[in-house]
Amino acid sequence: MRALARLTPVVILAAVALAGCGDSSSGSSSAGSTGAGSASGSGSGPVTNGSLTILAAASLRDVFAKLGDQFEADHPGSTVEFSFGPSSGLATQIVEGAPADVFASASAKTMKTAEDAGAVNAPVTFATNSMTIVVPKDNPGTVDDVSDLASKDTTVAVCAKDVPCGAAALTVFEQADLDVTPVSEEVDVAAVLTKVSLGEVDAGLVYVTDAALARDKVTQITLPADVSATTDYPIAVTTESANPTLAQQFVDLVTGTIGQDALKAAGFAPAP
Amino acid sequence: MRTPWQLRVPAAVAAAFLVLPLVALLFRVPWLHLPDLFREPIVGEALRLSLLCATIAALLAAVTGIPLAWLLARSTGRLTGLVRALVTVPLVLPPVVGGVALLSAFGRRGLLGKPIDVVFGFSLPFTPFGVIVAETFVALPFLVLTVEGAFRTLDDGYAEAAATLGASPWFAFRRVVLPMMAPALLAGTVLAWARALGEFGATITFAGNSPGRTQTMPLAVYLAMERDPDAASALSLVMLVVCVVVLALLRGRWLTTGSAA
Amino acid sequence: MGAARSDAADPVALDARVEVVHQGARPFALQAHVAAGPGEVVAVLGPNGAGKTTLLRAIAGLTPLSGGRIRLGDRTLDDPALGTWVVPEQRRLGVVFQDHRLFPTMSVRENVAFPARARGMRHGAALANADAQLAHFGLTEIADRRPARISGGQAQRVALVRALASKPDLLLLDEPLAALDAQRRDTTRAELRAFVSAFAGPALLVTHDPLDALLLAGRIVVIEAGRVTQDADPATIARRPATAYVARLAGLNHYRGRVSRGGIELDGGGRLVAVDLPAQSSSGSREVLIALAPSAITVHTTRPDHGSARNVWAGRVRGIQQIADRARLDVAGPPDALVDVTPAAILDLGLTPGSAVWLSAKATEVTAYTAE
Repeated sequence: MRALARLTPVVILAAVALAGCGDSSSGSSSAGSTGAGSASGSGSGPVTNGSLTILAAASLRDVFAKLGDQFEADHPGSTVEFSFGPSSGLATQIVEGAPADVFASASAKTMKTAEDAGAVNAPVTFATNSMTIVVPKDNPGTVDDVSDLASKDTTVAVCAKDVPCGAAALTVFEQADLDVTPVSEEVDVAAVLTKVSLGEVDAGLVYVTDAALARDKVTQITLPADVSATTDYPIAVTTESANPTLAQQFVDLVTGTIGQDALKAAGFAPAP
Repeated sequence: MRTPWQLRVPAAVAAAFLVLPLVALLFRVPWLHLPDLFREPIVGEALRLSLLCATIAALLAAVTGIPLAWLLARSTGRLTGLVRALVTVPLVLPPVVGGVALLSAFGRRGLLGKPIDVVFGFSLPFTPFGVIVAETFVALPFLVLTVEGAFRTLDDGYAEAAATLGASPWFAFRRVVLPMMAPALLAGTVLAWARALGEFGATITFAGNSPGRTQTMPLAVYLAMERDPDAASALSLVMLVVCVVVLALLRGRWLTTGSAA
Repeated sequence: MGAARSDAADPVALDARVEVVHQGARPFALQAHVAAGPGEVVAVLGPNGAGKTTLLRAIAGLTPLSGGRIRLGDRTLDDPALGTWVVPEQRRLGVVFQDHRLFPTMSVRENVAFPARARGMRHGAALANADAQLAHFGLTEIADRRPARISGGQAQRVALVRALASKPDLLLLDEPLAALDAQRRDTTRAELRAFVSAFAGPALLVTHDPLDALLLAGRIVVIEAGRVTQDADPATIARRPATAYVARLAGLNHYRGRVSRGGIELDGGGRLVAVDLPAQSSSGSREVLIALAPSAITVHTTRPDHGSARNVWAGRVRGIQQIADRARLDVAGPPDALVDVTPAAILDLGLTPGSAVWLSAKATEVTAYTAE
């Protein structure tokens, strides 16, 4: 287990680095389409009827649902269906041939997996998310700062290192140079939030967007500026899309002004 | 009686339906990497924890569930139906919801968990005991329903005969009822054990996922899916083999000889 | 409740006034008084559903009384009025159930050792005792076998040995021979008789078979529809049945009637003359019962004018049935009668269903007695 634990961050960092390369290489080609997308968003592009199936990371649920309504309003006769879930699971579905037109991932790595399998074309990063500490409302562990997480008396829940938010949490601990032993490595952000909001743990590490959604139940403790792990959110049209033109128009909506404003309102940061 | 083909065909479909995915799993297993995988301490730890917790959970379920099943099988009161329905609830409850319910009861802030935490400074979540509690919670209904069904088929006459021979109800239960029911009790306990071994949702919600402490095989498999689906297949295979071996041994040694008596 | 255990208890008597009432879908009421002295074997005889088994279960403590009282010696086992209730395991009874109820997971030896084990005797000692008992009754051969591997007759004996192993104050036998086939019944009945007569306490034998009752019991209590209809020794039961049910079991024609003008007017029509009329003062009522054996009736095709029989009546053959070496005619009267004749007589008289016949019976053959 120790060997694995030591190996994994390296692997994940490497994967992130690779994915970053992919992004930058495809960035130039997609820059033009982003511009065209914002143009089509204003109504001059070709309007295509049809239906879209969009697989998106669970953290995008609220923003994308809103954008889906907007898209249907802008494209009369079109319908948008969403399937939200863990990025890796969605990537598996697409690789296995699930019908989908657009894939929006919370992890560059899973998008890379899909791209390597030839399931998507030219992904583009449309947002980033960053980590934050959340504590129960009454802060039973009196956590004020990231260094408090290393205390033996503080129980901490994070995502498992195999899922993106867990990798990000590891990055946070490394940057802060802390030796944190979490009591639990949860399968996703929602599970971490559950443990924190029920007061079962003193603190958890989640994405700021998730913390924002749960602000009624948890208190956010912002990480210092030099300790930040950000995750890229790439989006792409699938190679098997039955309606690639309409699908690209949805991607354009997300990367355009309307989409970026909605993402910002939800706590996402713009793509670098 | 010869088996009519009208039964053979759906039976074959059912068997194939169950076996085919398992066979397909075998094709996915990276056989060449298997030795490397088993050298990972995490696999051994998860397997050991799974077997230990599932076995304790099954025994706990048996010790408390068999008496409950006996009472349910023998009482006819209006409350009995209600209790039986309540006992069945964890069967239909999504396990994750079960886990949240367990947290609400036994968690650090839970109804029962809070006073325990205050007095003893101990809380179940994130400990192997939490795993056992979560697994018992989902396994108990299986045991109660199976065993109650068996108790219902038992002729009251044997317990009556024991009473007329001077046996107290407890003596009669131990020496007459339990031995007669042994095959059914064992079957119910094995079913509970199998259910506990495969438990995922309630465990991860209530006990969390801490390698070596609360990470059981299903949790390890789930997280391995995120990293390396082939490794997940291999881990699944390990569970599969362990389950089949244990069930086959039990069936060969106990279940058949018991029912022949 | 109860009474301190005395191991060398003197034989005691049973006095059971049993009232059990079940409400509900199939209401049922049993009200019966059964008594049995030390060493007495009392048969409880009755049709299925009459309440025999309920009576036995109430005495065994498996069904609570609604009313009445059960006493065994100086112990009160059940008295709802006083709130007294002794649990079955402390009643010190031996019960042999119809289906024997040998514990299938135990060997014959362990079954017989069970009562001693239940009372706290150590395993080894209990098994040694069981071996001695099995040897005494010649069952050593099957001591190691499971109940599923022994015959019905052996199971019956083992059940009896097991019931006696606890040295009970009272022996209750519920249809002990019903599970056996006809051939085994005879030999097993003889064994049972030996067993039961060796038992010093009272024994209650529930049966629907009149032969069991007649051969095994010193007294017979007849229960019909939850009530005791006759309580008498076997000879009286066989000669003077109180009800049509008992008469049918005893193989007798049975009538109910009133004494008038030196004869008896039967309730169902017809008139019979008997030699001995019961004393009229017994109850003020003139109602009497009459028993008449089928073999005491003679069949004629024409009216017998010059016979000595004082009872002569006309009838029509309804049915003919072969019983062993005799033929039994079912003749419509009034009064209706079963008549036993030889098969040869059937041929000689040319009898078929529908034949018109004359019946005659001597007044000395007609037994008239008062209902109890």
